[in-house]
Amino acid sequence: MDKVMKNKTAIFLFMFPATFLFIAIIGVPIFMSVHYSLLDWNGITEGTFIGFQNYIELFKSPSIRFVKVIGNAFLLAILSVFIQLPLALWLAISLARGIKGERFFVTIFFIPVLISTVVIGQLWLKIYNPQYGIINAGLRAIGFDHLTRTWLGDQKTALFAVFVPILWQYVGYHMLLMYAGIKSISSSINEAAMIDGAEGWQMSKYITIPLLKPVLQVCVIFAVTGSLKAFDLIYVLTNGGPAHASEVPSTLMVSMIFGRNRYGFGSAIAICIIFLCFFFAILIKKFFRTEVE
Amino acid sequence: MHRKKVKKSKKITFIVLCIWAIIQIFPLYWMLTFSLKDNSEIFGENIIGLPKKWLWSNYQVALTTGNMARYFLNSTIVTVGTIFLTTIAALMATYALKRMVWRGQETANNIFMLGLTVPIHAAILPVFIMLRNLKMTNSYQALILPYSAFALAMAILISNSFIDNIPRELEEAACIDGCSIYGIFWHIILPLMKPALSTIGIFIFLQAWNELMFAVIFISDSTYRTLSVGIQTLSGSYTTSWGPIGAALVIATFPTLFLYSFMSQKIQESLVIGAVKG
Repeated sequence: MDKVMKNKTAIFLFMFPATFLFIAIIGVPIFMSVHYSLLDWNGITEGTFIGFQNYIELFKSPSIRFVKVIGNAFLLAILSVFIQLPLALWLAISLARGIKGERFFVTIFFIPVLISTVVIGQLWLKIYNPQYGIINAGLRAIGFDHLTRTWLGDQKTALFAVFVPILWQYVGYHMLLMYAGIKSISSSINEAAMIDGAEGWQMSKYITIPLLKPVLQVCVIFAVTGSLKAFDLIYVLTNGGPAHASEVPSTLMVSMIFGRNRYGFGSAIAICIIFLCFFFAILIKKFFRTEVE
Repeated sequence: MHRKKVKKSKKITFIVLCIWAIIQIFPLYWMLTFSLKDNSEIFGENIIGLPKKWLWSNYQVALTTGNMARYFLNSTIVTVGTIFLTTIAALMATYALKRMVWRGQETANNIFMLGLTVPIHAAILPVFIMLRNLKMTNSYQALILPYSAFALAMAILISNSFIDNIPRELEEAACIDGCSIYGIFWHIILPLMKPALSTIGIFIFLQAWNELMFAVIFISDSTYRTLSVGIQTLSGSYTTSWGPIGAALVIATFPTLFLYSFMSQKIQESLVIGAVKG
């Protein structure tokens, strides 16, 4: 048996497809991206090595305003953590405590998560449409004509208008994770607490939420890194416009690389996104660890 | 008195849940209805009601002149290809990582798991350049290979947790009977890993079917466009008539909702497993 399990040829053959895919499409490209980010390169001619110039330009250039672009992503992360997650938690707790139609609600709330972001984006484009969209039509119907806007075309409203569908789409995802987490808390703990006189929201505060910490950590990490990486819905709705009002790092990266052929500069943005994601994932883990202690 | 209070708060909770359900589902209801309407209904006469005249021709327009039939086929090919490639690669790797004995298998597993945290941003430009140099942009492989690579970590994670439930005695017995390592993998492990397949498949289906960033950049030729890119093109060319776009959106969403209506519980479980383990 041991001899069979140590068969070197078999190990190589079994490992080969996964390893090849992984190295060729994830491993090597990471290093290439770092290398590109140090080049002044348009993708056609030979690139020239310019050290950290791209990064310096990124944070100093007044026309790019990268700090504001990152700020937009942070704003989305904050809204996500402080609006989307509490809402999801409330839904999860309410459902898990047992209510008429529990399964039905879980199933319904999860539907938007499954649907392609392009479909969701196109749908919200129509919802926001200044002439015929249901938001403006609704406002006109109840006599609030003065509140109608070109939601996505107005620099003042564009950013929040793209955030709403993002938050809307993923509430159900967090809800489901939390709901599954609550359901897996053993009923004997709940019974013990109930005998001790805990009830309703007291129970949630002292029993459910503390025991749910590992799941909450996952949710916060997803919410924050997801916000920092956000691309699809913003690309479909505004592509960062008007006048960069709703620009986020990912849309800026794509338009720099594939719109303006600034390969080196765009790669520097990619590296920043990756760095931020790792940095915050570690930070959040640290935060939850000290919390638990 | 006390019981009354609890009952009342339950009622309020129930009403709020209903309102939220409407908020979550209304855009989809609206999509379904306006996919069957003509412009005059959509734009004023009948904005949120059911269609007065059921205009199935919107679907015909979307499928033929809108090219949705082609995009649908492309998405299917890419998704099926990705599921197939990822599952095979992941199951083989899992077997070597979890059951066979070699130096560095722990490290190899950990490196694969790092893949869970790498955003696709890290790879998009280098992979694009590679594909361009190999003259492979605008092909099915241009999407299947990157999708598989990025789905791999999750697929290995899921199959790792399933393979632990298969008792080793089966393999030992087969080994004594003279079965080769490949025979053990093929005749014993693969059939027993079937429960893992649906979980992995669901995961990859949702990722590949809905992916946008790679698809937008690697595919410019309409012959290979997937649904997400195709819809973008379509909405660019049908800005003034919404019916066909609505139909296109319904067509793109249909497979997902169809699957979900049959196996909602399984789909929910799969996504929870993936998230919590990762």
